[in-house]
This record gives sequence, C-alpha cells and structure tokens, in this order.
Amino acid sequence: MANLILRDLVKTFDRTEVLHGIDLEVADGEFVVFVGPSGCGKSTTLRLIAGLEEVTSGTIEIAGRVVNNLEPKDRDIAMVFQNYAIYPHMTVRKNIGFGLRSSKAPRAEKEKRIEEVATILGMSDLLSRKPSQLSGGQRQRVAIGRAMVRDPAVFLFDEPLSNLDAQLRTQMRLEIKKLHQRVGSTIVFVTHDQVEAMTMADRIVIMKDGYIQQVGTPAEVYHKPANTFVARFIGAPSMNMIPGAVNGGGTLALETGGTLAFDRPLPEGRKVTLGVRPEDLGPGHDNPVIEGKVTVREPLGHETLIYVGTASGEVIAKADGRTPPEVGETVRLGALTENMHVFDAETGEALA
Amino acid sequence: MAVAEDIRPTSETLLKVRAPRRPANMGQFIRWALLFAGGIAMVMPIAYMISTSLKWPHEVYNLKLIPDEPTIDNYTYVLEDGRFYWWFVNSIIIAVITTVSNVLFDSLVGYTLCKFRFPGRYIVFIAILSTLMIPTEMLVIPWYLMSQQFGWLDTYWGIMFPGLMTAFGTFLMKQFFETVPDDFIEAARIDGLNELQIWWTVAMPLVKPALAALAIFVFLGNWTAFIWPLIVTNSVEMYTLPVGLSSFGDEADVAWELIMTGAAISTLPTLVVFLIFQRFIIRGVVMAGLKG
Repeated sequence: MANLILRDLVKTFDRTEVLHGIDLEVADGEFVVFVGPSGCGKSTTLRLIAGLEEVTSGTIEIAGRVVNNLEPKDRDIAMVFQNYAIYPHMTVRKNIGFGLRSSKAPRAEKEKRIEEVATILGMSDLLSRKPSQLSGGQRQRVAIGRAMVRDPAVFLFDEPLSNLDAQLRTQMRLEIKKLHQRVGSTIVFVTHDQVEAMTMADRIVIMKDGYIQQVGTPAEVYHKPANTFVARFIGAPSMNMIPGAVNGGGTLALETGGTLAFDRPLPEGRKVTLGVRPEDLGPGHDNPVIEGKVTVREPLGHETLIYVGTASGEVIAKADGRTPPEVGETVRLGALTENMHVFDAETGEALA
Repeated sequence: MAVAEDIRPTSETLLKVRAPRRPANMGQFIRWALLFAGGIAMVMPIAYMISTSLKWPHEVYNLKLIPDEPTIDNYTYVLEDGRFYWWFVNSIIIAVITTVSNVLFDSLVGYTLCKFRFPGRYIVFIAILSTLMIPTEMLVIPWYLMSQQFGWLDTYWGIMFPGLMTAFGTFLMKQFFETVPDDFIEAARIDGLNELQIWWTVAMPLVKPALAALAIFVFLGNWTAFIWPLIVTNSVEMYTLPVGLSSFGDEADVAWELIMTGAAISTLPTLVVFLIFQRFIIRGVVMAGLKG
C-alpha cells in the first residue's frame, strides 16, 4: 500500500499562514494533480509531502505511517523538479544512478536497475552523455529516471513540464501518463496548467490561497464546478459569467434582460451568477440566453470562437467553423439548461 | 521558356558588398598605445629580474637589459646553497597546506552561509566580512602575541595559522554557491545524501571555477607573503622564500643578483599553478568579477 493522507495540514512562513488545513486522501496507484494559480500553495503542499519544508501542524501519512518527522530520504518518495535538477557534471548513467547511492544493494544490481530504467525511458544509448548534450525532453526523462530508479512509494512532480516547449510538453504529458499506467505508482503532480491537469489526472485538486477549492475527477470539476473560481479556472476559454437573480417559480432573470426557466430548484430572491461555457453557448440556439454584437472572430478550423459584446460585458461563444457570423453582426446566443451553472453571486458557491 | 537569371554572386559583386576596411582612428591608436605601455610595464620587471640574475655583481647597477658578460654562476650558487632548498620546501608546504585549507574551509563556511537558514546567519556573515576591513599590519601584533603564548613562534603552524581560512575566500565561495540552484541540493537530500555529502558531491563540482580562482589567489598570496613569515620566524631553516631571499647579502651590501636569481627560480611554481588552473582561473575571475 502506498496511499497518501494529508490531515488538517497547516503551513506558516514567519507569521503568514499559507496553507489553512489541507485534508486529502490519495489512493494507492492514483494520479492526483494539484492545480491552481501562482501562490495558491500547491508547491508548498508538495514540498511538505517531500519533507523539504517543516509541517506547522497536521499530519502527513505515507503508506500507513506518519512521516512528519522523517527526513526526505526516509519517506520513500522521489521528486522530479521543475528545473530537472540533474547534475551537469555527471553523465546520464551517474545521474540516474544517483538515487541509488544510499542503497545498500550490490553494484551489479544497481547497474541492472539503471539499465532497466533507461530502457523504459528509451535512453539506453544516451547513458554516457552529459546533460549539456541532451535536449530538454531528454533531460526531463533523466530526471524522471532518477526518480524511478529508487522505486518509491510516491512520485512527486513539481511543474516538470513548465520549461518545455508546447509540442514537447504534449509529448512528455503522454509519456508520463503511459509511465504511470506501466508502473502503477502513486503520483502527486503539481502544475498551473489546467490542460495538463485535465489530461493526466485521475483526480484533480484545485487550490486557491492555501485552500482546496474542489477535489474531483476531470469530468467532475469540468461539469460540476464547486464555485466560480473552479468554473473559470478549468476550461479554456474560461466560463462566461452573466449576473442575474432568481425570481419566483424558480426562474432566473438575467440583468441583461430575459428570463430562463430552470428545472432545478433555485433559492428564491437570491442574486446569482449564471455560468455557461463558451463551447455550450452558440448562436441560433432554441434556448436564447443573451444577445450582442460580434466583436472578434477566432477561427479554429472545425469551429470559430466568437467574442460577443453584450450588456453585461464580453462573452465568448462557439460558432460553426464554415459559416460563422460576421464581425458586427448581432447574434442571439443560447445554451441548453442542463449545461448552465448557477452560482451564488456573493459566495461564488455552486447552487445548481 | 524563360531562362532564369543567374543571381549567384561573382567575385566582383562580392567585392562591392564587402564592408570597406575602416581606417584605424585616433581612439583605437591610443588604446593600442596604452595596452602596449601596460604590456611593457608588466614584462619589464620580469625581464630585469632575469637579466640581473645573469649578471656579475659589478654589473648589477648597470641598467642594460642584456648583460655584457652573461653568467649562470648565480644560479649555480643559489642552487648549491642548501638554505635555498629549505626555503623553497617551506614555501611549498605552507602555500599548499593553506591553499587546501582555504579551498575546503572557505567553501564549507560559504556553503553553510549560503544554503542554510539559521538564526544569526546574516550577523555571522557580516562579522566575517568586517574582518576584511582590518589591515594585516594591525593584526600582526595580536598574531605574534598569540603565537608566543601558544608556543607557535618559528613553526609551520605559526606561519600558516592566520591564513588557513580567509574572509575573502568565504565571501567568494558564498557568492558562487548562490549560483547553485536549491533544486540540486534538495534533489540530493531526497536521494538520501547527508549534508556533507551534498556539499562535496553536488555543490563543490559545480563551483570548480571559483575553487580554482580561490586556489590561485591563496597560493600566490602565501607564496609571496613576506611580513608575517619574517616576524614569526627566527631560524634560517624556517624562512620562506621571500624572507630567505631578502637575507642574501649583508648589512653593507645587498646581493641583488642572487636575490633576482632566487626570485626567478621561485616564480616557477607559480607558473606551474597558473598553467594547471589557467582555463579555470580565467573563467573563475570573469565570473567573480575580480581583478587578477
């Protein structure tokens, strides 16, 4: 078993509390991605798990034992850093084998393990090279290899793809996912890129200002965001937010005019925010929501994103790729009620 | 069918597009002249040292660069004089030990101040730096009294102890360790290395240029040190080369030809050190922004 449990985890730097009681259970073999904007506490949480920072209060449990007071090396974890942290003065072989230095295994066994890892990562012919002779993707693989060679209970990844170009990032994303399927270890992955989170995670942990906003599968956080922050953070372009209020009879009156009938119960008289994803909002829909003039078109081939200036600001919608509305044209945008999200205007919490 | 025009450059067109050679302007001329003068100023003392070492005593005060009657008798005399070997060995021992000591301890303290967070870290660093403000002349008396109390007068330890660690070296190494990313240290920590192993295996190889620069500075500083070895040593056998060389001659006369001969020989180890560390020192000095 290599599950990971965080209980009421608090971290304070000087007198500033940056994590305010994180509770999370990561199952054995699960791929969990922490995502959030800069300063949300995701990297701090990872560093606490790694033992690189001291826990102020709360407990961290790895594979059934509390590791708060254990040194990083004794926690049975391995970490891949944003800047790879592979040593420039050592060859790939030495870099990968570095994680085994403290191991008491016989030398032949260590060598065998290095070869195995190099084979898995497709780096067998690069073992005698120095990092300066490798590409960005290869360096990243060495960093992953160094983590793999120790066969840890939990892998920790701290924004490992941030320094790669877009194409390589997509490739490495896939490789890490395949690797996870192959080795089946527990992985905690930190990123600020919601696409990375969506494509790789079994479950996503969305953080903001040291609090967990929502934990769920990619589908859950996308289709059922817990609040406006999650709704805006997950999905690109961001969800459109249109202010309104709940009328009697459960109908929703938008500030821009128009009333929407909901089949879900809504608290009467409450000020709310209606959230609709751009991909769910489009012209020529049976259930119109808002009207405005097209200001910009972004053709993507199979579809075109249109930016529409409305009475409550600019909204983004999806139009047909072949016959999109012209710039300056007035369009009525609509969406299915089931694709609409209603949030409390004050707290931002999801209502329906 | 139209024939494509040959647009390949010919030698004529190439000549036309080549940038005209700029005539050397006055500023450039002055720069060259200054550099030339600087070069002469650097080389002349060495040339005179070698020239004097090849002269007879009566010719020493003749400023001619080429001796009238060149001789290698001075070299024979100095090398046959047993004292010279003592001084040479003393200097080698002292310079090597202090260099190794500085490389190890300055980098250890520099690393600690740079990579560990502990209360009073800044105060310790400032305290170390502040010792740079105190001139050696002021420290000589307390050093002497200390050596006297501990019985270190006229010993290797007495000569070496003030220079086994330096504030300058600590400062230099701390600044260089700043360039080692914390990720490297933390990765090694996770990989199971203890702090001393991390310093030695991970951090030290990454600051080799600085270590080479520090080694050169310390070696040269100790090789040419004069005042403190002169004060702390009494017996001729404990002299270092600079102190020993100055003792050539007597109260009435200074044997410049012998001093210059000894000096010429004593530059050899520094040349060897330079040749070994040259590629590091240039990089190290450039990186440290130091004067040579």
